[in-house]
Amino acid sequence: MSGEQTSEDLLVSVRELNFGYANRVIYDGINVDIRRGKVTAIMGPSGTGKTTLLRIIGGQWHPSHGQVLFDGVDVHRESRRGLYRLRQRMGMLFQNGALLTDLTVFENVAYPLREHTKLPDSMIRDIVLMKLEAVGLRGARDLYPEELSGGMARRVALARAIALDPDMVMYDEPFTGQDPISMGVLMRLIRSLNQSLGITSIVVSHDVGEVLSISDYAYIVSAGKVLDHGTPDQIRNSKSELVQQFLQGRPDGPIPFHYKAEPLTSELMGDAQ
Amino acid sequence: MQTRSLEILVGFFVCLGVAAVFVMTFRVASLDTVGRGEGTYSVSGVFQNIGGLKVGASVTMAGVKIGRVRDIEIDPSSFQARVSIDISKRYDKIPEDTSAKILTAGLLGDQYIGLEPGGMDDYLADGSELTLTQGALVLENLIGQFVAGQSDSKEDKLAEAIGQLADSLKSSSEAKQGAHP
Amino acid sequence: MTGSIAIISNLLSGLGRAQFFLFNILSAIGPALLRPRIIVRQIYMIGVQSLVIIVISGMFIGMVLALQMANTLDRFGAEDSVGVIVALAVIRELGPVVAGLLFAGRAGSALAAEIGLMRATDQLSAMEMMAVDPMRRVVAPRFIAGLISLPLLTAIFSLMAIGVAGGHLIAVDLLGGDSGTYWSQIHANVELSDLRQCFVKAGVFGMVVNWIAMYQGYNAPPTSEGVSNATTSTVVVSSLSILALDFVLTAFMFS
Repeated sequence: MSGEQTSEDLLVSVRELNFGYANRVIYDGINVDIRRGKVTAIMGPSGTGKTTLLRIIGGQWHPSHGQVLFDGVDVHRESRRGLYRLRQRMGMLFQNGALLTDLTVFENVAYPLREHTKLPDSMIRDIVLMKLEAVGLRGARDLYPEELSGGMARRVALARAIALDPDMVMYDEPFTGQDPISMGVLMRLIRSLNQSLGITSIVVSHDVGEVLSISDYAYIVSAGKVLDHGTPDQIRNSKSELVQQFLQGRPDGPIPFHYKAEPLTSELMGDAQ
Repeated sequence: MQTRSLEILVGFFVCLGVAAVFVMTFRVASLDTVGRGEGTYSVSGVFQNIGGLKVGASVTMAGVKIGRVRDIEIDPSSFQARVSIDISKRYDKIPEDTSAKILTAGLLGDQYIGLEPGGMDDYLADGSELTLTQGALVLENLIGQFVAGQSDSKEDKLAEAIGQLADSLKSSSEAKQGAHP
Repeated sequence: MTGSIAIISNLLSGLGRAQFFLFNILSAIGPALLRPRIIVRQIYMIGVQSLVIIVISGMFIGMVLALQMANTLDRFGAEDSVGVIVALAVIRELGPVVAGLLFAGRAGSALAAEIGLMRATDQLSAMEMMAVDPMRRVVAPRFIAGLISLPLLTAIFSLMAIGVAGGHLIAVDLLGGDSGTYWSQIHANVELSDLRQCFVKAGVFGMVVNWIAMYQGYNAPPTSEGVSNATTSTVVVSSLSILALDFVLTAFMFS
């Protein structure tokens, strides 16, 4: 972990962030704080651009307004070189792992080490095996990504994300499409990496129950705004209708079941004329 | 190791490709250095009409290529064509009164310069001028002569034109065979 | 009216983006040269894997050219010139162009699909997040490999067409011409500048095909349809570019 401490002990702070595509607003001035050494969950309905937020924090996409501070440094004002240095301190776990398909599991985990360090091969081997051991896949080191199940691929990607011992790991929908067993494995991994290595974690997900059970703090995002934030207990007891609809998975509520349309009767009548 | 065999294959491929390039350069293309680079000296001559002579055309003597045309320009005083040629240094004992003719390889082929040695004891050197020159035989002019001769029904003129044509064909076909041994 | 303006502006912005993409590639070439192993691997994928199709088509093109020429030239008693005509046609035009078209179909399409899938499966984003520039590690090495591979493939193609199996086989072995005459005629009439032209063209085509393929792959929508469209348009656009560029380059280098 980096030595310097910001006043509020924040690793990442997102300030008044605006982001949109051509004519669609994704974020409309949101503020998110990520505390050092904690697991922060960002939840919300599909299509609210949770992944977008991670990409903006990682400096891949630029916000139209607002800023993102990583350890006190404005990510989007950095030079390319500076940005790349920052990224070495962030790991990101993509939804499907995003392993390089022409490399073995071992080489995938070794990839960031080979790119960014001048360590001798024997040392790289030791580090890679340790990281693979941490995710329980040391035995799979000679497999190719297409031979792995979805959960295993994510675990390998996690080993790759922590290869350079980053300050922070961003998890993009880590549980989507996983069976309960591999979901449990991933949950335990996120928690244990956070506790044993002190890695700050951002988990983006819409698997409410699972994520709340492992996070220290949570944000609920919808329609470009932060609806509510707080500890998991505070979120569970939130007074916001929308948050409750989201948490309990009710089909109708503030987010309507029906897509915006004219009243059915008028449309049917209109047809008849 | 897998990468090892891959590297060998790539090495083989590159060798094959480079070998193909080399074969093409030496076997297929005419890589002759006569008249290019060092080891040449330059002489020039004034021609009345160069026909289709181009820069880079060959200069031969007795059918053997000894040089190249380097430059063609108009002589500002006489309005004739001044042709500079580079001759290989190997042939440095060419008599000064050597004559130059613009010839054609085949009936419609490329034009080149043929040198016919004279008999003087002085030799051509860098900057010498060829004084005995004969321009290109332009086919259109020959035919024009031939047609004009026919309409005037002057037998001797017709015979002369045909004789000229025959001469040019004969000398050029000899030269053609000699030029590409 | 507005429709056509939109089409034109889309076209222009696409061209502009492609230019920027090319600048990015060119600026990434230096760093990419520091990792020759990646380039070697790409020469394998792009060059070695195209070898078979290049060799076989070279043979057949040379054979059919010689057969056609022999039939016609025989009537004028000029069957000795078969070699020259095959050699000049192959070296000046057919070699680079046909090898380029085959290269676009074989290597360009594979490249577009590969890059498109890497984009669709977030592999390129993952590299960026690992602070690895995909331009340097993925795109530029493939570009260099194309620049190296296509001239070599063209040389092999031309040699196949002229000498080893194509024209020589028909003119000498089948039609009973003289091997010595065949070669000496070629030797006397093919200039070194013809070869230079041939390889300049091949190098340019190699760059253009890879540029188009990777641009298409890089900008493909991350769906199976997007990737398949990228593959198709790579072959279409790069084939047309090769033919158009061939005309331009020929005009430039002959005058």
